[in-house]
Amino acid sequence: MTAEHAKRGGTAKPGRCAPDAPRGEAATGHAVEIDRLTRKFGEFTAVDGISLSVEEGEIFGFLGANGAGKTTAIRMLTGLLMPTSGTGRVAGFDILRESAGIRRSIGYMSQKFSLYPDLTGRENMQFYGAAYDMDRRSVGRRMEELAGRLSLAEFIDRRSGSLPVGWRQRLALAVSLLHRPRILFLDEPTGGVDPVFRRRFWNILYRLAAEGVTIFVTTHYMDEAEYCGRISIMHRGRIVAVGRPTELVREHGASSLEDLFIDLISGEGVSS
Amino acid sequence: MSIISATSVSKSYGDVKALDGFSLDIEEREIVALLGPDGAGKTSFMRILCRLIDPDPGADTRIEIGGRDIFTDFDPVKSLIGYMPQSFSLYPDLSVEENMTFYAGIYGFSGAKYREMRDRMYSFSNLGPFARRRAGALSGGMKQKLALSCALLHDPRILMLDEPTTGVDPLSRRQFWEMLLELREEGVTILVSTPYMDEVARTDRAVAMLGGRKLMEAAPREMARSFEGKIFLLPVEPSIELVDCLSRIPGLKARRFGAGMHLYLSANAGMEDFAGEFAEAGIDTSRIERIDPSIEDRFIQLMEAQR
Repeated sequence: MTAEHAKRGGTAKPGRCAPDAPRGEAATGHAVEIDRLTRKFGEFTAVDGISLSVEEGEIFGFLGANGAGKTTAIRMLTGLLMPTSGTGRVAGFDILRESAGIRRSIGYMSQKFSLYPDLTGRENMQFYGAAYDMDRRSVGRRMEELAGRLSLAEFIDRRSGSLPVGWRQRLALAVSLLHRPRILFLDEPTGGVDPVFRRRFWNILYRLAAEGVTIFVTTHYMDEAEYCGRISIMHRGRIVAVGRPTELVREHGASSLEDLFIDLISGEGVSS
Repeated sequence: MSIISATSVSKSYGDVKALDGFSLDIEEREIVALLGPDGAGKTSFMRILCRLIDPDPGADTRIEIGGRDIFTDFDPVKSLIGYMPQSFSLYPDLSVEENMTFYAGIYGFSGAKYREMRDRMYSFSNLGPFARRRAGALSGGMKQKLALSCALLHDPRILMLDEPTTGVDPLSRRQFWEMLLELREEGVTILVSTPYMDEVARTDRAVAMLGGRKLMEAAPREMARSFEGKIFLLPVEPSIELVDCLSRIPGLKARRFGAGMHLYLSANAGMEDFAGEFAEAGIDTSRIERIDPSIEDRFIQLMEAQR
């Protein structure tokens, strides 16, 4: 563990959203570290030898076109899908052998709404809390805490299926945070959400990151990509660029992040 | 004469007013964007225009499309409009081509006329090489292009698109909008809802909605310019501590933006009014610059004023 990581860990406020999930052995200090991760489906190589490391407490934007392989990569990182080859650790756990440990340490919120529409927000949280083996009392305490932090009070007792998208997303985020994960995987969390809700959502992410939670997020909004500490751009299963958004734009001589993105994935001009 | 003219349209679902005396006129060849949060009434308005749902009865309620009253004379209107709903409207188990054949069938044409329109759509969407692929197996961007093709098959003069690019990557979005601009050149009028402000900027007119009412209606550039106040860019590495520290200064609002901070001031204030506070907080103000407000800044301001 480097001094910097130790410092980051030290600034996290215990008892809030600070991580206290178990840590795998041989922890690297990186929240995510993958080496030549590859996944094939028959003849098709969905993810083609990607390597990355993401620091603890970092907000990392995982960008790419539709069909570039992002969701397949995230499924491997979250222990839901075995890689064809390559290695990696998430929260210190080996993705090949310790997927149960990974799932205990991470929160996951997908582009598809993952709550039960007929249950209220509170009931959804109780359900997911039980799935994470949390006892009712600690679910209750955690729920009150999250309701306050994410301002859920107004709608936590309404059927989640009847809520506007922006509220549902906040509820889904709360559910993914129930078990105090150290890493959050967010797959297009703000798709179809209006600007006001998106700004609020990102303010919540900033606060979580400041407390040491690593945020691994995909988005098609380029303004959101600019909110990230670092981003990667994936194209046809490979990572074609990684770095800080402003530096990437400058290094490639692009006029904006959107232009850089389009340049990289349309295979014209810039290559890496 | 407006190609779409809607006056005083209301729609309630129980206690919820989806539309509350909403009026909108759209000229031929205009691209008009509806923006607003969930529940603002965008989808209800489009569905009413397409006669998929009826508005609440109202003495002043009038809707004409192409000069015809849609409540008494909808048949000739039907062929004028193409509608692309928000949720995926294709048959995932049918191929690209079969989806188009199916939609052509709904509009009652086949044979040579169908083949001509199909080929036009292929040249327009670049989906030709994927004709046999199952629609369910297309990427998000391709699905949306196919859905647009299906909505265009019968050569409508008016297109209504409900969040057509949600979940679509920037390259596909750009291609999708190039298709829309090309359609306008051909004389098509487009009503589109979108959460992307860069898309709103490409339209002729933006209509900001909330609670079924119109908050503002203006050319996108005018909407941005109508922002009340000043915005400055502070090019320093943002942190939660900095945001909190700046937010405590009365009369100033601070927001992270990329690698810097945006500072919002009221119209009659200037950065110099805060010199003391900045000095106290140890913030270097030498590189602060004033920036133009965006459509999003104005939209958020309009929404917050309603609260």
